[in-house]
Amino acid sequence: MAGPKNTVAWHRNPLIRGIIAQAVLIAVVVWGITTIYANTVANMEARGIQIGFDFLSEVAPFGIAFSPFIDFNLGESTYLTVFFIGIQNTIIVSILGIIAATILGFAIGIMRLSPNWFISKIATFYIETFRNIPVLLQMMFWNFAIFLPLLPLPRQSLGGGGFFLNNRGVYLPKPVIENASANTAFWLAIAIGIAAMYILHKIALKRQEQTGKTMPGKLVGFGLLAALVALAAMIFGAPFGFSTPVLGTFNLTGGIEIPLPLFSLWFSLTTYTAAFIAENVRGGIEAVTKGQWEAAGALGLSRSNLLNLVVIPQAMRIIVPPTISQYLNLTKNSSLATAIAYEDIVALWTGTSLNQTGQALIIVAMTVVVYELLSLLTSIALNIYNKRVQLVER
Amino acid sequence: MKTGKLIVAAVALFGLSATAASAVTTLDAVKAKGHIQCGVTTGLAGFSAPDDKGVYSGIDADVCYAVAAAVFGDKNKVKFTPLTAKERFTALASGEIDILSRNTTHTLTRDASLGLNFTYYNYIDGQGFMVKKALGVKSVKELDGAKICIQAGTTTELNLADYFRTNSMKFQPVVYDTSIQTREGFDKGACDVLTSDKSQLAAIRTELKDPKSAVILPETISKEPLGPVVRQGDDQWFNIVKWVLFAVINADEMDVSSKNIDDLKAKTTNPNIKRLLGTEGDMGKKLGLSADWAYNAIKQVGNYDEMYTRNVAPLGLSRAGSVNALWSKGGVLYAPPIR
Repeated sequence: MAGPKNTVAWHRNPLIRGIIAQAVLIAVVVWGITTIYANTVANMEARGIQIGFDFLSEVAPFGIAFSPFIDFNLGESTYLTVFFIGIQNTIIVSILGIIAATILGFAIGIMRLSPNWFISKIATFYIETFRNIPVLLQMMFWNFAIFLPLLPLPRQSLGGGGFFLNNRGVYLPKPVIENASANTAFWLAIAIGIAAMYILHKIALKRQEQTGKTMPGKLVGFGLLAALVALAAMIFGAPFGFSTPVLGTFNLTGGIEIPLPLFSLWFSLTTYTAAFIAENVRGGIEAVTKGQWEAAGALGLSRSNLLNLVVIPQAMRIIVPPTISQYLNLTKNSSLATAIAYEDIVALWTGTSLNQTGQALIIVAMTVVVYELLSLLTSIALNIYNKRVQLVER
Repeated sequence: MKTGKLIVAAVALFGLSATAASAVTTLDAVKAKGHIQCGVTTGLAGFSAPDDKGVYSGIDADVCYAVAAAVFGDKNKVKFTPLTAKERFTALASGEIDILSRNTTHTLTRDASLGLNFTYYNYIDGQGFMVKKALGVKSVKELDGAKICIQAGTTTELNLADYFRTNSMKFQPVVYDTSIQTREGFDKGACDVLTSDKSQLAAIRTELKDPKSAVILPETISKEPLGPVVRQGDDQWFNIVKWVLFAVINADEMDVSSKNIDDLKAKTTNPNIKRLLGTEGDMGKKLGLSADWAYNAIKQVGNYDEMYTRNVAPLGLSRAGSVNALWSKGGVLYAPPIR
């Protein structure tokens, strides 16, 4: 209030002008969106196309083969359940793919920089092959030309002792809780073991800082964990029983089934994305100045210590941002699943459900929102990680 | 500057709000562009498949040829749009195509809620199952626990689930996007069984690596009346497509074929045939077409039996004794009279 009197006319005040401009813009955008929406609905009604969300609570009248965490009961589950199963299956293959592609990508990227000519050429060959072929083609190749014809039919499954492999998928024994107290003891032993591992690791670090001597804290902790689990099993008995897969008329039943479409999709997404991540890793490592390598070498660090302690932490700053994009690409590429019969959100929701209900607009819009959310969540999580590895300047 | 941009944006948005459904009839639009746009399959032998020159043939393609002949007097004034099962209804509703003739089953949901009208049926089908001979299965009832290959976006997914639910059997669907992927999946052993309309099973079986390795089971588990579809809200066009189909079926019933049609047109005394061929009455005018609309369709494309014999019979599906025979010969095809 004590300042000089404001002599500028209100309509020339930049602050007020800014607010007005923003308000007008928001009004126009809101009006535009509502107009488009109203127009679409009116046009669809005029053409006799019914539109609405009512179908979500209707019973879905078709079968679903793969849903590990959400129960689907034919004749009871609704379209909304189908929607969630689709999201679940997309997330499953994306997470499995991201983990495997990261591991494989790092390995190939480091191989590419290996001083060994042969190893580095293998990595180059890998990258140039997988990076340059469209991923849909790779998916069809692995699924239809390699896995389906080369793996045996269910009646000739490979393996034994509860573990089987055939051209319908991988079958594993399924752990079943038979003895509740043994099971509780098992998980308790694991919890205590992990806590012990963490504490021992901290102690070892502190010891190293004070005395310079390294102590195998993690190794001792892991031994402790194993001993605790063994002890719990001896006192209380086996924590699980196993339900093993057996051959029925057509397929193996019981046990855990990893269906071939999931395997093929995971395999092709992993090998494809790993080629890109490998190049990110190579770029990141090459960007670490030569002086850092030489200095670490002069300190007498072994090659693995040199990479793990000096080079990779610095390289991460360059590797992480483009790798986030690769994770997003992997998630979106999983939408090609329908070509090899994996039941992801595109196959279940914009495929089967769309056809049964005819609600194209709503179903496609919901799918768009799902991918948008998945991408944003991945970005947020990795941006937090990125902040942690970035150079903190003082 | 800022306000200038705002005005442009506002005008653009207003433009959007002003778009509304146009009042031009499909017949006028078709005449104006000079051809009929016809939605067909991406390739299904006997129904609609392009040959090595890109020319479509099949019983579904013939419906579009016949409509083009009736409207333009030239059966070749038609362009084809290959569509997957999932794309077909949107393509029709959005006006991309004028007729959807793509082995499409008539159901209540589709008829009542998608803004479509089903005309009549040019092939009556039913869902069946094909299994590998090596499994030794003789009946659908033995398929409990099987993996079943199926194409997405079809009514077969629902029929399959209903049938297995009714008979308290379990199954695992293996759902592919296209007919070709479904066939590959079955051929290479991704599933024990392939299910589809029986006419399609016959076509797919001929394309397997070893057709003798698969058998089609005797049961038919559903009704699949297939026929051409048009947009809802244009009754004139709906009538044209419907009556062209009725005309070729009536021609079959009255033994009017592309071979004897000129002869009959000159000599016949049968008033029904005269009305069909436009030498008596004003049937064409009532539809908004020329008097020789049906003559052109039958002369250039043939009657229903000629269509069937040319396209579907080579798949090994005989017409005699099947539901696709005329009502007068033990089938269900029954066209209302042209009068």
